[in-house]
Amino acid sequence: MTTTSHDDVELVDFDTVLAAYDPALGLEVHVELNTATKMFCGCPATFGGEPNSHVCPTCLGLPGAMPVVNGKAVESAIRIGLALNCEIAEWCRFARKNYFYPDMPKNFQTSQYDEPICFDGYMDVDVDGETFRVEIERAHMEEDTGKSTHVGGSTGRIHGADHSLVDYNRAGIPLIEIVTRPILGAGEKAPAVARAYVAQLRDLIVALGVSEARMDQGNLRADVNLSLSPKGSGTLGTRTETKNVNSFRSVERAVRYEMQRHAAVLDSGRSILQETRHWHEDTGITTSGREKSDAEDYRYFPEPDLVPVAPSREWVEELRGTLPENPTEKRARLQSEWGFSDLEMRDTVGAGALGLVEETVALGAAPQAARKWWLGELARRANDAGQELTSLGVTPADVAAVQGLVDDGTLNDKLARQVFDGLFAGEGTPAEIVAARSLAIVSDDGALSAAVDEAIAANPDVADKIRDGKHAAAGALIGAVMKSMRGQADAGKVRELILAKLS
Amino acid sequence: MPDSLSRDEVAHLADLARIDLTDAELDHLAPQLSVILDSVASIRGVAGDDVPPTSHALPLTNVFRDDVVRPSLTPAEALSGAPDVDQQRFSVPRILGDEQ
Repeated sequence: MTTTSHDDVELVDFDTVLAAYDPALGLEVHVELNTATKMFCGCPATFGGEPNSHVCPTCLGLPGAMPVVNGKAVESAIRIGLALNCEIAEWCRFARKNYFYPDMPKNFQTSQYDEPICFDGYMDVDVDGETFRVEIERAHMEEDTGKSTHVGGSTGRIHGADHSLVDYNRAGIPLIEIVTRPILGAGEKAPAVARAYVAQLRDLIVALGVSEARMDQGNLRADVNLSLSPKGSGTLGTRTETKNVNSFRSVERAVRYEMQRHAAVLDSGRSILQETRHWHEDTGITTSGREKSDAEDYRYFPEPDLVPVAPSREWVEELRGTLPENPTEKRARLQSEWGFSDLEMRDTVGAGALGLVEETVALGAAPQAARKWWLGELARRANDAGQELTSLGVTPADVAAVQGLVDDGTLNDKLARQVFDGLFAGEGTPAEIVAARSLAIVSDDGALSAAVDEAIAANPDVADKIRDGKHAAAGALIGAVMKSMRGQADAGKVRELILAKLS
Repeated sequence: MPDSLSRDEVAHLADLARIDLTDAELDHLAPQLSVILDSVASIRGVAGDDVPPTSHALPLTNVFRDDVVRPSLTPAEALSGAPDVDQQRFSVPRILGDEQ
């Protein structure tokens, strides 16, 4: 496999790729719905559970068992489609996708083929203030597969495994697969567009309340399709499909990696093999999976055990009425409510902090203060740790509490940063950390007054300038006071005291 | 749909179905499958232009189930027909292809 799929290439520098090639990007996102039961039977669709405890004759594919469609799953599919500006099919069918792999005991997966329930939609994605319209080709209903564990063999990996153990609890959980049309013209922004699309899609799914949408638990899984074509040729090259890329950051990295790898293969005069590839989170590379089957090899045909789905236009309109605020309109409303500049808003969205800022503001923090913490201190720490803001372990409630302590004069920004240190170290709530670390600003006027007197005595030249009316010189004295107070003083109050003593 | 199958097509289908056929078996089966296809194709002659293709015999749509949990099998029941069981899971021969 290694020789045919060119895993051994030296990557081409990203800028060099862009000089010679145009990337085309496509994303397939699987969303596991949060229905109570599976797609075609009444088994619980909850995560985990003892192995093979959420199974029945239908999801085990036992002879004679008949599937019945979960109406709630159809409703969720339609709501997702409407939120993605899709047309909703007036009539559509399920199809059998036939393949032999033990993750589906039926030897087929019930899916939709040429008649998806949702089609022809779009989502506008913001990247650095630029809007990319990502066209949605389709969103269709299908079922998840069982979970295989490969045991024995020398490596424990799939090849060389002696046998595989299968747990079918996940088999039959409703999935919606959302497929984009090829995204062209993104150029150097292709990795960022891919990330932003998946991030905004997740926001939308969360707002709809149709899935837990946790990438780390596999509720939302992205497959990244990528191809390169010679710059300006207007053609589409051969694509690879990188499966199961399970964080926003990895989506961005996988696109970038495949662009660099494709260019290396093409530059060497070889051609890209159409195949699926595996993403390796730890090393940030992809490796060859299997050659992509032709669609006809799946021998799709209409599922004879399920009758067609024909959502009435009344039902569709009723569901349209349940949609949450459109994300684009919501961003415009929040920007106006918060008084953010275009740049501030763009940075907030770009950092994936919109929802976090929104929650922090809802808990009482001023919008600018919420933005400052999430995009400054916390974004820096997330970046250092290679994490998403949402997985840092600091919540909007923490940030609102810290800012509350700043607002009531207990903390200044410098001390607040030490509270975040405490939060990361798991030392408790902000209030507990302030108490344990003795971080509160000294409000004892006597101690502050003494420190100011000391600073004036130590800096007679500066004091003279202030006496002469040069109030700007007070900064040097404020610095000296803050230093002697170990930062635990309110700079505004120090300034007032200095000016009062020297006027 | 073609009315006859070539020997290569039958070999490919056998491969997809994970059935190992010898050359002799292919020679024997390919013409037989073609005969079956021919027989089914004769139905086309019966259906006039006024008979639309259908995948279902009943004129039903939207047969839905409420999203209410029903009892599952116990793991012991679920695994009772398994040829081999390990760690409360179905044990199957090692995977030849790859995950879908």
